[in-house]
Parts: sequence; structure tokens; C-alpha cells
Amino acid sequence: MNTTYILLQQYWWFIISLLGGLLVFLLFVQGGNSLLFSVARTDEQRKMLVNSTGRKWEFTFTTLVTFGGAFFASFPLFYSTSFGGAYWLWMIILFTFILQAVSYEFQSKAGNLLGKKTYQTFLVINGVVGPVLLGGAVATFFTGSNFYINKDNITDQLMPVISSWVNGSNGLDALLNIWNVILGLAVFFLARVLGLLYFTNNIDDDELQPRFRKALLPNAVLFLIFFLAFVVRCLLADGFAVNPQTRQIVMEHYKYLNNFIEMPVVLVLFLVGVVLVLLGIGKTIFKSRFKNGIWFAGSGTVLTVLSLFLCAGLNNTAYYPSTADLQSSLTIGNSCSSLFTLKTMAFVTILIPFVVAYIFYAWRALDKKKIDSKEMEEEGHSY
Amino acid sequence: MLESIDPSLIDWSRAQFALTAMYHWLFVPLTLGLALIMAIMETLYYKTGKEFWKKTAKFWMKLFGINFAIGIATGIILEFEFGTNWSNYSWFVGDIFGAPLAIEGILAFFMESTFIAVMFFGWNKVGKGFHLASTWLTGIGATFSAWWILVANAWMQNPIGMEFNPDTVRNEMMDFFAVAFSPVALSKFLHSVLSGWILGAILVVGISAWFLLKKRDREFAIASMKIGAIVGLVSSLLVAWTGDSSAYLVAQTQPMKLAAMEGYYNGQQGAPLEAVGFLNPDKKSYNDNIYPFIVDIKMPRLLSFLATRNLNGYVPGIKNIIDGGYKLKDGTIALPASDKIAMGKTAISALSAYRAAMKAGNRNDAMFCREILKSNIQYLGYGYIKDVNDLIPNVPLTFYAFRIMVILGGYFILFFAVVLFMAYKKNLAEMKWMHWVAMLTIPLGYIAGQAGWVVAEVGRQPWAIQDMLPISASISKLDVGSVQTTFFIFLLLFTVMLIAEIRIMLREIKKGPEA
Repeated sequence: MNTTYILLQQYWWFIISLLGGLLVFLLFVQGGNSLLFSVARTDEQRKMLVNSTGRKWEFTFTTLVTFGGAFFASFPLFYSTSFGGAYWLWMIILFTFILQAVSYEFQSKAGNLLGKKTYQTFLVINGVVGPVLLGGAVATFFTGSNFYINKDNITDQLMPVISSWVNGSNGLDALLNIWNVILGLAVFFLARVLGLLYFTNNIDDDELQPRFRKALLPNAVLFLIFFLAFVVRCLLADGFAVNPQTRQIVMEHYKYLNNFIEMPVVLVLFLVGVVLVLLGIGKTIFKSRFKNGIWFAGSGTVLTVLSLFLCAGLNNTAYYPSTADLQSSLTIGNSCSSLFTLKTMAFVTILIPFVVAYIFYAWRALDKKKIDSKEMEEEGHSY
Repeated sequence: MLESIDPSLIDWSRAQFALTAMYHWLFVPLTLGLALIMAIMETLYYKTGKEFWKKTAKFWMKLFGINFAIGIATGIILEFEFGTNWSNYSWFVGDIFGAPLAIEGILAFFMESTFIAVMFFGWNKVGKGFHLASTWLTGIGATFSAWWILVANAWMQNPIGMEFNPDTVRNEMMDFFAVAFSPVALSKFLHSVLSGWILGAILVVGISAWFLLKKRDREFAIASMKIGAIVGLVSSLLVAWTGDSSAYLVAQTQPMKLAAMEGYYNGQQGAPLEAVGFLNPDKKSYNDNIYPFIVDIKMPRLLSFLATRNLNGYVPGIKNIIDGGYKLKDGTIALPASDKIAMGKTAISALSAYRAAMKAGNRNDAMFCREILKSNIQYLGYGYIKDVNDLIPNVPLTFYAFRIMVILGGYFILFFAVVLFMAYKKNLAEMKWMHWVAMLTIPLGYIAGQAGWVVAEVGRQPWAIQDMLPISASISKLDVGSVQTTFFIFLLLFTVMLIAEIRIMLREIKKGPEA
């Protein structure tokens, strides 16, 4: 295969991985919302929490849409196979995100039909179900899914569909695999940790601050238990490898461990990421005045997820393995767009730093002043 | 046992996509239209420093915010439904179709979502200039987003810049600029965005009229009405122009859609345009020789002019497109649809044989099959069509939707012109009848937009991508029950959201700009 093509496939897998990392970081919005009824006791406190995540929710939403769009453009066979196959898994994720999208704007407005509590409950539902299912979906990159692909089907005039799920569960079977659930829970507790760290940084309230810190420890412990369990399982388990000569998919002992060893940069990214997450959590717990934990744990999350994605897709690995038919497994080579499209889209990504720069600038401008109860009472736009 | 696609799966998948798209188009045009109008108002605040303009802009921004979230929520569903319900489509053309969606996310959505936060929460946190720029950038982001998604839609109407690859079994992009800047995309973009501006203007004028009727906030209402009516008049005049160029492009690229829009069966030179017509329900087939109308009024030669820019130009009807035999623009003779279907089946067989020969390592056979495939590839999609009658879209739906759109488009020009005249020359504040007309025009703005998309999408049937891939070959292999269930969940969710939005909007409107 053309070297440029291989490089572009890797480049696009890196972009997808980066978007995946950013998405998991931005799930602090969901994690924060899942705590709406536990760390906040009064309506006013809930209002501060909702307004705090409410100024960032669109980034999470937009990153999810862009993650989908970029996956479609660069690895369309994943888009068609996973979305069309694991139909229910993705649909449930989407339902909760629809609920979330309207809940911010509607919850405190008169005439909102369902009442404030219902919309806030929608935010909690999205806060719980979103991270658990997104985490579960990512776990299938390591554990496999039940699909079958046959491109020759296109010549069957009666049933020309090339990708199909082999059972009637339409993706819900992913939740029967304990390891998928474990990563789902790890992502869920990570999102809550990030949510708490974000609140610590963003909300200036004497009563809430100690509660954020208090809630941090149990969530961090649960995150670490589930996360480490999944990582250890991955490192010890057989992985889905691609034979570079024959392009056949084979099971390889310690494939993901080997990937980390054979790609030391990815290993370093992973370790630095984990250390940063721990540092962000630890400093916030032990230093009562420290408020920047979100930046440490946030950047650590991006690096950790990025490295896990790279481990799942690079170094001759099938990133979306099929347990139903090993040879149907998706690799970055067999599922990607054409050389021309990857190249064209690579030019578009040159603009990403510019996008990041204006997001950073606007974010800073808005967050210069922290949210407090006084601001909530002032006239102006609030949720 | 031979497996085949359950036709009701296709119907339910279509119904779900149509439901999402129609709900999406209730919210998006208002986002586009209000974004422009409130940005103009804030610019006036920036220039004059008058608090009045700030309050006015903020009032419309509040309505914008209530409407915005549902537009996003329905939009994400549309994007993902290409994968969930049209998975074959996603692979078959994902190499081309995915690109504009990704660019939309990277370049447009982030702009929108970043600056909308500054617009809403930044009044006391950023400078006046930065705030104004954020308001404009929110609207520009929404408009960029419209550009890229309409590039994608335009490509479905007129697929260009690609080539079929039998090894990957998909179409692959060959010319990005042909896709991204096609005349059909430009025309669609202008027509759709301008229709959004019209809807925004209608809403602003209609709500302002309510304030006048209630004898409240008179200065605010008149000022909003004037800006709304100017935006509306300019947009509705431009939309008439882009509508004409859209119809011309449809004639060039989708003659069947044009024929369905006109209920036009037998082609002729100097073809007339149907001004008004009631379709004859007894007409069951394209070749039953039953006159398609119970009653109609025709405008001589205008269809020829619309479609060919020549009063005597030949325009093929539905029957001609199915039967073939007329002269095409390039001088060749149009093939009968039955021949295209036969060639499509040949292409599919050649593709199958090519792939089998490649697998067996038989290169000579493979190259022979590839040549056959190449000479029939243009009609590959026709191979999935079972009957020539399946190539005709729903004529009544397309015909009436087209008329509703055009008639309302004409009415909007008149409406905005009258509002402007009354606002500047007469005492609009006291004209109760005009207030009622303006309020009753609000639903018409929505109906026109929906009708336009019905023409565009129903008129393209049975194709997902014109002449390339029919919807029957585009779907995901799902059980009908799953799609029915998600359809009703979406219906319930979207409807509850819509009712809540309307109720919240009405409450916010009642509070007025001083709240």
C-alpha cells in the first residue's frame, strides 16, 4: 500500500483519537449534571451547577457531533457498521442527548410543560446514561462486537446490505459483556470526578466548595478501581491483530501490552495522562485552596483516552473487532476513506488550531469571573 | 432461503428520517433568520449607544435561545441517522458524503457554539465590540453550517466529482471543489438560507403586530417590524430569483422531479406551466392516457422557458422519461427506463463476476468484467429498481407542495411590501386588520419551508442519490419493530419539545422587551 495512504490513515486515526479524548474530557458536563441532586441541596445551588455546566454543554455536544462527522468522513465503514448495527446502543445515547439539549434552556422557563424537576432529571439521566454507554461503546474496541460484513452483498439485488448485526439485540448485547460495563462505569466515575473538579474551579460558593471536595474522594476511588480493572484486563488479554502481509485478522497474546511496548511514545502518553489525572485529583483533595485540578485531570484524560485509542487502532491492530466473524473486523486500513478524501480532509484539519484558539479565547473571557450566587440573582441570561 | 428487504422497513426508515428532517426544519430556519435580524439590531445599539436597541436585540435573542437548542438536538439525530438507518448508503458514498459533514462540525458548529455562549453570557464580561462580533459570528457559524449540509444534500440531488471503485464497492471522491462548490449546492444554499431569513422576518413582524394589537411597547414593535419587513422583502425577492434558478437546475439534473412538480406527463416543445390545477385521482399510470387534471389553468410556454431558457424548448414529461426516445441536450437519444434497468442489472452482474474473478486470482476474466461494468456503471443503481413505475415520485405530493411553496412565496413579497408601506406611510400601529394578517402569516412561513423540502426530497424518490443509489439499496438491515419503536419515541420527544417550546415562547413574548 502507498506510504502516503498509510500515513494518512494513521493521521486520521490520531485525529479521531484526539476527538475521542476531548469528548471524554468534556463529559465533565454530564458528570457534573449527574451530581445535581446529590451535591446541591437547594434550588439556588442547583441553579449554580446548571449554569456552570450550561456554559460548556454545547462544546460537549459539538464535539460529539464532530466526532461522528470525522469518523464518517475518515472511516465510513465504521460509521455504517457500528451505527447501523449497534442501532439501539447509539439510539439510547442519542435520546439522552436530545433530552439534555433542551433541558438547559427550558428548565427554569415558565410554561415549560414538564416542570423544572423533570428537566433537571433529564440532565441527570443524560449525565448517567451518556458516559456509561459511550464508555461501553469504546470498550468494544478492545472486546469486540457481533457483526458481519460482506461487501459482495451489494450485488445481491434482494438484500444488498453489506454490514449486519448477527443477533437481534442491535448492539444491546455489548452490555452483557462485563468488561464493557466496567469501562462504562470507569468513564462514568471519571466524568463525575471531572465534573467536581470543574465545579471547584468554576463556582465560587462557600457552602458548595467543601461538598465538591468531599464527593471527590469516593468517585475517584470508584473510577480508579474500574479503570485499573479494565486496563489490567486489556494488557493481559488476547488482542485482535492484523497480519501485515496477508491482512488476515488473528488473535495475539498480550496484543495491547505489546502495542504499548512497541509504541513507547503511546505508552509515555498513557502514563503521563494517568499521572496528570491522579495529580489533579490528589492536589484538589489534599490542598484545600487548589482549584486548578480540572486542567491537570482534563489534559490527563485527553492524553489517556488518546493513547488508549492509538493502542486500539495502530500497530497492525483491528480497532473494531468482530467476535462473530474475525475477518469482518475493521482496521484503519480496510475501513478508511480513499487516499484523495483523506488527503483533502487533512488540509481541512490545518484550521483546527485556529478553532482551538478562538474557543480558548472565548472560554477565558467568560470564565474570568466565577459563578456565584450574586450573579444568579442579577438580571441577564441564565438557565 | 433467499433473504429480501422488507418493504415496510424502507417505509419506516424513510418515515423516521422525514420526521426528523421536518422537525429540524421547523427550528433551523428561525435560527438563521433571527440571527441576522438580532445582529442588525445589536449593530444599531453598537452604533448609536441607545439602550432601546440593546433591549430590542435581547428580546429577540431570548426567542432565538429557546428555539436554538431543539435545532441542535434534531440536527445531531439527522447526522447519526445516516449511519443508523442508512448504513449501506453511508458506505456506498461515505467517501464523498462524510466530508461536508465533518467540515460542518469542525468549522461551523464550533464557531456557533463558542460564540453563542459569549452572546448570551458575555454582556457584562466582554467589550461591546467583542459582543457584537460574537452575535454576528453565531449567525455566520449557523450559515456556514447550512452551507456544508446543503453541499451534502445538493450532492444527493446531483452527484458529481466521484468515480465508482469496484474493489472497495463504493463511490470515491475525485474532485472536492466540484462537490463543495457545485452550482446546485450554491443554488440550494441561497434558496434555503433566504427562506430562513424570510421565516425570521415573518416571525418578527407577526410578533410585533401582536404588541401593536395589545397596544404595548409600540416603539419597540414598530422598529422591529421595519427591520423585519426590510429583511423579509429583500429576502423574498431574492428567493424568487433563486427559486427560478433552482427550477432551471432541477430541469437539467432531475427532469423527473420537474415533471412531477408540474404533473406533466407528455413532453412537448413550448411546454406550458401549470398556474393552477387539480389532479385527476383517476390517473393511475403514466401511460393510461387519462388527462392528469380535473381542471387546470396553464401559462403557455413558460415551463419551456423555466426549464430551457427558451420559449420553444423541449421539456420531457414523465411518460417520455420512462419511454425514452427524445433528444437530450448533448444530442444523444434518451434511453427507455427499461433499458437502463437492464443495463443496471448487467452492471451488478459484472461487478459480482469481477469480484469473484479477483478473488480467484483470474486477472484476465476480472479485467473483462471490469470493462463491462465500466460501460454500464452509469446505470448501476437502476439494477435495484424492480419496475419502471417505481421510478416516478409521488406526483400529487410533489405537485401540490410545489404550488403551496410558490404561491406563498409570491404572497410573502406582497405582504412585506404592504407592511413596509404601512409602516412608513400610514399609521400601522392602529391598523388592526394588518396586525391580524401579520400574525396569521406566521404559520404560513413554516408551511412554505416544509413544502419546499417536500418538493426537494419527495421529488427525488425513489433515489437516495439521484440515478445512483435507490433508497431500497441504501438502508440498514434492521427489524421493522426497532425502527417503528424509535420512530414513535422520536415523534413523542419532538412533539413534547415543540409544545414546550411554543408555550415558553408565548410566555416570554407576553413578558415583552422590558422584562
